[in-house]
Amino acid sequence: MPLSTARSNVRVVTLKIDGRDLSAREDETLLEVCREHRIPVPSLCYLEGLSVWAGCRLCMVELVNQNRLVASCATRAAEGMEVQTDSERLRRYRRTLIELLFAERNHVCAVCVSNGHCELQTLAQRLGIDHIRFAYRQAHEVLDSSHELFRLDHNRCILCTRCVRVCDEIEGAHVWDVMGRGSQCRIISDLAIPWGQSETCTNCGKCVQVCPTGALIKQGTSAGEMVKDRHFLPILARRRAR
Amino acid sequence: MHLEDLEALAARYHAEETHEQEIRVCVAASCQSSGSLPVLEALQSACAGQGNGRCKVKGVGCMGLCSAGPLVAVAKRHAPLNESVLYRAVTPQDAAEILASSGGAPVERLRCPTDQPFFQRQVRIVLERSGLIDPESLPEAIAHGGYSALIQAITEMTPAEVIREVTASGLRGRGGAGYPTGLKWSTVAKMPGAQKYVICNADEGDPGAFMDRAVLESDPHRVLEGMAIAAYAIGASKGYVYVRAEYPLAVARLETAIRAARRAGFLGARVADTPFGFDIELRLGAGAFVCGEETALMASIEGLRGQPRPRPPYPAESGLWGCPTLINNVETFANIASIVRRGSDWFASIGTQGSKGTKVFALAGRIKNTGLIEVPMGISLRTIIEEIGGGIPDGKGFKAVQTGGPSGGCIPADYLDTPVDYDSLKSLGTIMGSGGMIVMDETACMVDVARFFMEFCMSESCGKCVPCRTGTWQMHALLDRIARGEGTPEDLALLEELCEVVQSMSLCGLGQTAPNPVLSTLRYFRHEYEAKLQNQPLRKPQTQRGTG
Repeated sequence: MPLSTARSNVRVVTLKIDGRDLSAREDETLLEVCREHRIPVPSLCYLEGLSVWAGCRLCMVELVNQNRLVASCATRAAEGMEVQTDSERLRRYRRTLIELLFAERNHVCAVCVSNGHCELQTLAQRLGIDHIRFAYRQAHEVLDSSHELFRLDHNRCILCTRCVRVCDEIEGAHVWDVMGRGSQCRIISDLAIPWGQSETCTNCGKCVQVCPTGALIKQGTSAGEMVKDRHFLPILARRRAR
Repeated sequence: MHLEDLEALAARYHAEETHEQEIRVCVAASCQSSGSLPVLEALQSACAGQGNGRCKVKGVGCMGLCSAGPLVAVAKRHAPLNESVLYRAVTPQDAAEILASSGGAPVERLRCPTDQPFFQRQVRIVLERSGLIDPESLPEAIAHGGYSALIQAITEMTPAEVIREVTASGLRGRGGAGYPTGLKWSTVAKMPGAQKYVICNADEGDPGAFMDRAVLESDPHRVLEGMAIAAYAIGASKGYVYVRAEYPLAVARLETAIRAARRAGFLGARVADTPFGFDIELRLGAGAFVCGEETALMASIEGLRGQPRPRPPYPAESGLWGCPTLINNVETFANIASIVRRGSDWFASIGTQGSKGTKVFALAGRIKNTGLIEVPMGISLRTIIEEIGGGIPDGKGFKAVQTGGPSGGCIPADYLDTPVDYDSLKSLGTIMGSGGMIVMDETACMVDVARFFMEFCMSESCGKCVPCRTGTWQMHALLDRIARGEGTPEDLALLEELCEVVQSMSLCGLGQTAPNPVLSTLRYFRHEYEAKLQNQPLRKPQTQRGTG
């Protein structure tokens, strides 16, 4: 469930984000407040309408007068809070995280169907990443083309689990889950069977639309052709909340 | 049941025992692995053959000096370990000789002196019954004061009084972070909610650490009693012990103990015939280190994938199935009965200003006396290593001691006089941790040590958050390159930068502390890293195009 569901007895607080005085309901997260006011905070696992995962760590922000960073997607607004969403330190950390993601699997933008429409690529460009300082893992990842409509390319997966959550929380099918530990983690359909053999998949394609990269795509798309449309999600999530 | 009834029960158990001498054979995991079960059988059949009832042979819990196992103690009934005749490395062939010597002249060739610092410098609270009683016998636990603190708490104290005692004792969490136990208890107690839970974290997983295993194998009732007192104090009716499946003996003894405690009325709907109800179930871990992290542990109990979630909300507010939950470590619970029975003043008189009581450590690595020790807080590392541990074997010199497992760090020789308490160890860049202490001699390579712990963190990362999942992989690759002598100054710089990112950006404690072994070895042994770097001029950066 999204953290902010309309409740009647909730208080409204005022806080400062990047020096701007803002008001927020106290059950809203910092990231929700930032999105509302178009303050750009990068994120790859957060998606409006899905539960909070707090795994990509890109939306970490500084709490002024506190030495620690917090994930803005998992931190609620509080009275008198002072938040800094951008700093030299945060930019450096975020760049490192994006580089780590590029080095983890085999992201080759030139041949990717999502080239030009990829959230990972966009963030890399926005953060000014022009090379990767880390050794590439050169992992042997597989491609699951068994589904008649869609395709899963593990080479491009960043394990954000948006697909897992949308399938479970919105579609209610729970086809996807995560198997393994650490860098051995894999997104699996049902009990690690080919997607095409899944008896739970409803062919709805929500997972494909929410996937931030070219990991989940439509069959028959070519480089740069996969444009995703996820405006359905907040609308569906709102209806479900009622 | 009142305290007098329990005392009468204990007196009856005492009266039923008529033997003068008892022969105690350690049947905890480490002595079993060096062959103590055949020794126990040989002694039992030899004793049965004698058949005069003067002597009783029994299996007991850990006596501490695991490196000398199998250990056998011959003592007067109920005499403490210090007053017993201790034998080391006993074989079944020695049984007749040991039996014949009981009460008379000891068998000198097997003797392990108990007047050495290893035994004399210890202060036993958590381990007070360990090595004395049969861990599978509830009557023996009761005869040695077991469950008297629980009866005292529920019949003579209010929950608030129990919490006050625990708070005043100054007890801090023994799982590693050292959060004040009384504060945690009172937070959960004040939370509204009809259903609350108590969880005992027995998912001990640090390399080289086996304190919790020894406590559970030697005196499981002590932990159950602590949990029941906690449940009474915070208003919980249900408890779980989350114990790793790699501890089959601890699991079996816990099961026996829970069954016996239920039958005797110390657990169940009406604990000791009072309106207070509390029951305990076991949950076995499936081998993931991260399940020792409290939110991952609770997810695992709920049947979900063992992965941490962001805190807040803390378990005290929203824990197991969303209910207020108290989660403490085995050793923390094992301290509770003594605090209730002997009072917070007594407990607070042991230890230092900020760290009260004792701490159990598992001594391992390059040290003469490996095994389990319990020492008062504030004792110096030098006393532990040189006196209790007997120093470094083979005439080698001491190099460093690692505390806190993969979340901790290494302490070099210059800081050996540091008192062992939460705050002093933290200032040295390590942590108290759960109690693993790995001693290294002068031949140890500190880059290898850092690589070992990083490999551990890499393979134990759950994979949920990016910095821990991929950062530990990259740090391990960099450490591996440096350890093989192929690293460059840029590699070292990159490693240090990754340490900072993983520490600040990771989701849970596992990731946030994963760089500690690297940071602490860099702090004290930077020259070892630098000596391994290639002194070639700046090589072309090994980069590949990431986008496009």
